[in-house]
Amino acid sequence: MSQEQEKNYLENGEGFASWFFTVDHKRIGIMYLWAIGVFFIIAAIASFLVRFEHLTPGQTIMTAHTYNVLFTLHGSMMVFLFIVPGVAASFGNFLIPLMIGAKDVIFPKLNLYSFWLYLLGAAVFMIALAAPADTGWTFYTPYSIESGANVILITFGIFILGFSSILTGINFIVTMHKLRAPGMTWDRLPLFCWAAYATSLLQVLATPVVGITLLLLIGERFFGLGFFDPARGGDPVLFQHFFWFYSHPAVYIMILPAMGIISEVIPVFSRKPIFGYKAIAYASLAIALISFLVWGHHMFVSGQSKLINVIFSVITYAVAVPTAIKVFNWLWTLYKGSIELSTAMLYSLAFIFLFTIGGLTGLFLGALAADVHLHDTYFVVAHMHYVMIGGTVFGFFAALHFWYPKMWGRMFDEFKAKIAFVLIFIGFNVIFFPQFILGTLGMPRRYFNYAPEFQSLHQLSTYGTWIGAAGFILMLWTLMRPLPGKAPGNPYRSLSLEWSMDSPPGTFNFDEIPTITEPVYNYGTKIEEES
Amino acid sequence: MDNHGSYKSLINIWILLMFLTVVTVGAAQFDFGAWNVPIALIIASVKAGVVALHFMHLKHEDGLTWVFASYPLFLLFLLIAFTVTDMFSRVVN
Ligand SMILES: [Cu+2]
Repeated sequence: MSQEQEKNYLENGEGFASWFFTVDHKRIGIMYLWAIGVFFIIAAIASFLVRFEHLTPGQTIMTAHTYNVLFTLHGSMMVFLFIVPGVAASFGNFLIPLMIGAKDVIFPKLNLYSFWLYLLGAAVFMIALAAPADTGWTFYTPYSIESGANVILITFGIFILGFSSILTGINFIVTMHKLRAPGMTWDRLPLFCWAAYATSLLQVLATPVVGITLLLLIGERFFGLGFFDPARGGDPVLFQHFFWFYSHPAVYIMILPAMGIISEVIPVFSRKPIFGYKAIAYASLAIALISFLVWGHHMFVSGQSKLINVIFSVITYAVAVPTAIKVFNWLWTLYKGSIELSTAMLYSLAFIFLFTIGGLTGLFLGALAADVHLHDTYFVVAHMHYVMIGGTVFGFFAALHFWYPKMWGRMFDEFKAKIAFVLIFIGFNVIFFPQFILGTLGMPRRYFNYAPEFQSLHQLSTYGTWIGAAGFILMLWTLMRPLPGKAPGNPYRSLSLEWSMDSPPGTFNFDEIPTITEPVYNYGTKIEEES
Repeated sequence: MDNHGSYKSLINIWILLMFLTVVTVGAAQFDFGAWNVPIALIIASVKAGVVALHFMHLKHEDGLTWVFASYPLFLLFLLIAFTVTDMFSRVVN
């Protein structure tokens, strides 16, 4: 064992440079975790203020312009700085090499470079806040061409962030092709890795399109080229096509890694092999491929062709199939399992419940006739948050708790963490369930003002943010104050490779590259009892 | 590594690309009417194909790499095909 390997990765080197110039995938993952955490909190505060504004109709605490700026900040920061890079870059970096039995990702320096690009993109994004955009996170033309704000700068920041995303995707794909330990065949690969693989495909294939679209936008604003402005021979609907060609697959960049997390947590705390391993693995790929074919479901009322509306609607229904396959397989894994309601398990169960609501309400929006009524209302806001928070963020929180001992080498107070979970779960539903009702009643999204009859539901939704914020602060407080004493290598008796070494892992992960002889999810079988 | 990046062949490819650039500029001097865009795109596609095959080594790669490399072309086709249908459904005054 080398001297460096004897120290765990957190102790191996101190000070700013030992982190900022590290090529250790675990340290890079941790740095991503801090970065996305900071942006998550800033963006969450923006949404807290937006909700506060809605306590009364008309002006409550801010002007209409401030309101527009805050919801744009909330949306664009959550999407481009937190949720798109989020789970894949942080937990993907930390876990993939550990799970496949490798010492690092295949291009460690490229990995660090991706992180630097992320920071650079984030810096440009933050500089743009000097004259903050009020366009909404989608930057639709023609307003994004006309708006006096720093649209060019903020989209250029997102352009740079896109490169970070692409390079991370390439790194993960090649890592999983080339660095799997002997015996780690594709059909033994942990499902988190399968999900990360599908995510990486999307990052590599879809991100260039949004990059080019934002360049076209910059070209039109800066040089007066006519891409989207009809007066110059352009077409504003074309912007929406390009934007959603990326942004619908991006929804799956956001949700797939969280699905991977759930597939890891559920079998451990049910003590059962995952049901339908292959179905879940291939469903990830199917989702990745079909997700490219549905972008037009965001544009049913935009004036795109009627024929294409029908086609997009049908394919949108098709993408629900692999998603439902996953949900049914998770539920069947629970069936007759020996279920332990740890904090990570609670978040995972909540994920299944909330994500199902988010997914099914998506089908309402995918239906042509219903969408005409529901388009651009709070129904969409609620649907999207049930998927993005109830899905991705709950999965992210599950991962924060589940891999906490492995990352930090300490344990946390499960009791306090569970109270935090209950508050977050209640708060979330109080915020967003009323918004489904608001939407069906006709309350449009992104409006500063509203009719008096909507006030009670708006207020209820705002009260939810207070409950949720209390839960989130309690969660942070609990995780920031680990229990005394070192965490065991494998506190949850997981059979996955990342739990086979000490917590936290040594710098090079494995003293010797392991040889894999059994499937990963052999819980409750003879092999497990012997070990 | 191996010899699929020999200077001689790389330089030949470069000369070919330069020649095609001259063709692009040359073709722009004539008005082919409706064929202006298709002709420009065909020349550009040949250039891109040569770059992918030689500079990006696709010529020497296995089937799986070809699948990965062609899928984006399929997506590009879809993006254009689905978007263009808008034009047919619009009422033009
Ligand atoms: Cu979509």
